[in-house]
Amino acid sequence: MKNRVLLVLVIVAAATAWGLAFLTVAPNRLLTGTAIPLAQISTPWRDALLLPAVILVLGVLLPQRMRTHAVVGVTAALLLSGLVWLAGAEAARLAKTASATSRTALGGGFWLLALIAWLAAGDAIERLRLGPVASVVAHLCVLLPVVVLLFAGELQHLSLLKEYSIRKDVFFVALARHVQIVVAALLPTLLVGIPLGIVLFRHTKSQASVFAVLNVIQTVPSIALFGLLMVPLALLATALPGLRQLGVGGIGMAPAVIALILYSLLPIVRSTVAGLAQVPRPVVDAAVGMGLTQGQVLRKVELPIALPVFLSGVRIAGVQAVGLAVVAALIGAGGLGALVFQGLASGALDLVLLGVIPVVALAVVVDAVFRILENLRSTPRG
Amino acid sequence: MISFEHVGKAFAGNVAIDDLSLAIDEGEFIVVIGPSGSGKSTVLRMLNRLVEHDHGRIVFAGEEIRRFKPEVLRRRMGYAIQSIGLFPHWTVEQNIATVPDLLAWPRPRVRDRVTELMELLKLAPETYRRRYPHQLSGGQQQRVGVARALAGDPAVLLMDEPFGSLDPVTRDSLQQEIARIHEASGKTILFVTHDIDEALRLATRIVLLDRGRVVQVGTPREVLAHPTSKFVSDFVGGSDIGIKLLGLDTVAAYVRHGETAAGEPIAMTASLREALSMFVVRQVDRLAVADDEGRTVGAITLSDVVKPRP
Amino acid sequence: MNADRPARLRLIALARDPLAWFTALLLLFVFGMDELRPLFAAAFPTLDRPIFTQDSFLALTVAHIELVALSSAAAVIIGVGAGIFVTRSWGREFRPPVERMVAIGQTFPPVAVLAVAAPLLGFGQAPALIALALYGLLPIVQNTVAGIESVPVSAREAAEGLGMGAARILRRIELPLAMPVIIAGIRTSVIINIGTAALASTVGAKSLGTPIIVGLAGFNTAYIIQGAVVVGLLAIVVDLAFERLLRFVDRWHDSPASRRTPVLAAHG
Repeated sequence: MKNRVLLVLVIVAAATAWGLAFLTVAPNRLLTGTAIPLAQISTPWRDALLLPAVILVLGVLLPQRMRTHAVVGVTAALLLSGLVWLAGAEAARLAKTASATSRTALGGGFWLLALIAWLAAGDAIERLRLGPVASVVAHLCVLLPVVVLLFAGELQHLSLLKEYSIRKDVFFVALARHVQIVVAALLPTLLVGIPLGIVLFRHTKSQASVFAVLNVIQTVPSIALFGLLMVPLALLATALPGLRQLGVGGIGMAPAVIALILYSLLPIVRSTVAGLAQVPRPVVDAAVGMGLTQGQVLRKVELPIALPVFLSGVRIAGVQAVGLAVVAALIGAGGLGALVFQGLASGALDLVLLGVIPVVALAVVVDAVFRILENLRSTPRG
Repeated sequence: MISFEHVGKAFAGNVAIDDLSLAIDEGEFIVVIGPSGSGKSTVLRMLNRLVEHDHGRIVFAGEEIRRFKPEVLRRRMGYAIQSIGLFPHWTVEQNIATVPDLLAWPRPRVRDRVTELMELLKLAPETYRRRYPHQLSGGQQQRVGVARALAGDPAVLLMDEPFGSLDPVTRDSLQQEIARIHEASGKTILFVTHDIDEALRLATRIVLLDRGRVVQVGTPREVLAHPTSKFVSDFVGGSDIGIKLLGLDTVAAYVRHGETAAGEPIAMTASLREALSMFVVRQVDRLAVADDEGRTVGAITLSDVVKPRP
Repeated sequence: MNADRPARLRLIALARDPLAWFTALLLLFVFGMDELRPLFAAAFPTLDRPIFTQDSFLALTVAHIELVALSSAAAVIIGVGAGIFVTRSWGREFRPPVERMVAIGQTFPPVAVLAVAAPLLGFGQAPALIALALYGLLPIVQNTVAGIESVPVSAREAAEGLGMGAARILRRIELPLAMPVIIAGIRTSVIINIGTAALASTVGAKSLGTPIIVGLAGFNTAYIIQGAVVVGLLAIVVDLAFERLLRFVDRWHDSPASRRTPVLAAHG
């Protein structure tokens, strides 16, 4: 067999198309829907998707040349957008006949097939051994048609987008609040964490104890830390009415932001220390020997060389904060987590997804942006 | 221009330098040599105050070095080290320009200085100017390191085993380079090494250290010909001392003008050591000598070589 | 006189051991929460019920541990297996897609996995178990691969040269050398799972998160504190225990993995 990864993907895809619901149709947003497998979808042009499927099967068997990988990559990307288009088109077709409250949702089959198509495209890009920039561009090109379909309104009859159009206002408020919580937590963490990291790097003796404390904080489950912070903040707000006017209290933004700061400190402080620690000794020695002042050594030599490692810490802190801010909704901080828990409470998967998908997208974007920055800033050493 | 007066230094109670006294004149090429742990790097690092001395006085340009701000002092002394310590995030040009930038030289002057130094160290400026250190070979990196140390036109050049990690061929060409620079610029150089051949080749005076104490100071010839102790004679070559002495002189001083000999002539600039080798290889006791243009000018005999200097 | 000295020294060592202290505190809260009633009653005079009593804290703790243990066991078996598979010569082809899935998976907040699993799989323990096991896989796969990759080529070649077969090299050389890194991955995974299991009460599974969620819904701060303290202590005790285990497994190493790779991943 020539390409076993693609073979496995094709087999799983075939089983999924056969056995799992591509879409589900429910009379309203709260009821469980009936499954519609791929075979029962009656949108014209459905069978056009067989063409990329056949090409992928050929991709398994053909000799593995660069040309084969390129064809497989493009085909998998086309299959991905084809699946998305088909789901949207079928939902639109069903909407013509069904009642206004009825919902056509994406089924497990759709999600799995989309994942497989995406993995196949990614694997082909990997096998093409492109440069770092070209690889990023190629990965973006795979997702681009899906985004185009989304913004072109082709998907508006899917239940997820119906949910969105009902809750548009709430959604954007929640999204803005989510970003606000994350930024409000990360900025002070950077202001405290970077100097703390620099001080700890110089005073090696205190490193162990500070990291022990930060590690214990990191270990405490988020919901527990949020809960524990409520009490002192509530007391503080009662004692100092001025604080309460500023919005500080046992519930809301204040405990959420404080908890997020506490969690973010560990990755940021540790990456600052680790970044400085990997600056080669001779480089610092030469810098001092040539007459750079201590401040100049830090600013011109140590910090720039430490930057890539430091940025990876900011990336981890950022991705973590985006996720943790979801839990903050439980203590009334708002954000996308409010949609998630509201959806869980009422059993509405669409609402849960309306909260979860932008959270994941946000985390992926933060992750990607900082990874690109890290690569830009790192000077390869040969 | 530099003097150490009864200088002492201990690290955590262990004596590293014990009662060091040494006066260095302008233009000297001082090589500090000794086995590892003898304190030779400490001598350099005390001079630019990377290490502060405990006792005694160190005087530079007429002043005790503690009266300078450390940064100001260091900017007047070039510094090159074995592991080079190039800044990996800066280009060759930025690296070389470090001290001129610190001294706030105007842009065009910095640029000219970088070009001049790159040419001096045989790094084609337009090819290498914008490269990063990781794109250079070890020898090229050390050339940049030396250029960087020279950039601020320092009064003194401090070099701590600068060629220690290079392969023999590269080391040889960099030794030639630094000897040439010393000759052309007349700069005072303090050079630390553990390689006696490097010391004999470069030094105007050798300072031999053992466990923090100076055991002998002298020209290469003095150290070889009149070692003051068994330690010195063992360290500088043991049974090879005679051969090493021959390495200090060139054929030119021993030429019998007007005489001739058979076979391929030897160059006037070759060392007596090379001449001896050629006597042995050719199994002769007489060699023709040629000048720079390859004209035979005379001959040299085996018995002349082994006799004391005429 | 001399005979009891080691015992006394051991006692002193125990008294200085944070693991012993946190374990004692945890046991105190799990078994003695009822005895603390006067304390909570005094601290929160306005509450009718100052102690969470729907379930005993022992039962909640056992349920919580059960949730974490089952899901983590599944994650360890699948995760280490997958890590070994993609580092074999016949599985190497699968390494890039597996690594990409792990990288993308880790940008998912664990709570998101839980929230999506519940409506799809129904409420209760099952979706929580599956979500925890799935999410817990990621650090384990990642560290298993990293651990096996970090085995020096020279060690592997020496083993081959001594005539060891592939299976024996895996068992005797690769896995033991990779063990500290693998265990560090399991530690990360288990700590995340303890946190996420606390959130599982939002999807109807019983856990130490239950008093917190009930307290949040009913404005009963005492419940919140009780749940938070116990689950926080549980996480700290488990983490310290893993640190101890790592120090033991890593005793041949000069810079212990316990210090090199502490927990670094998103919470529930």
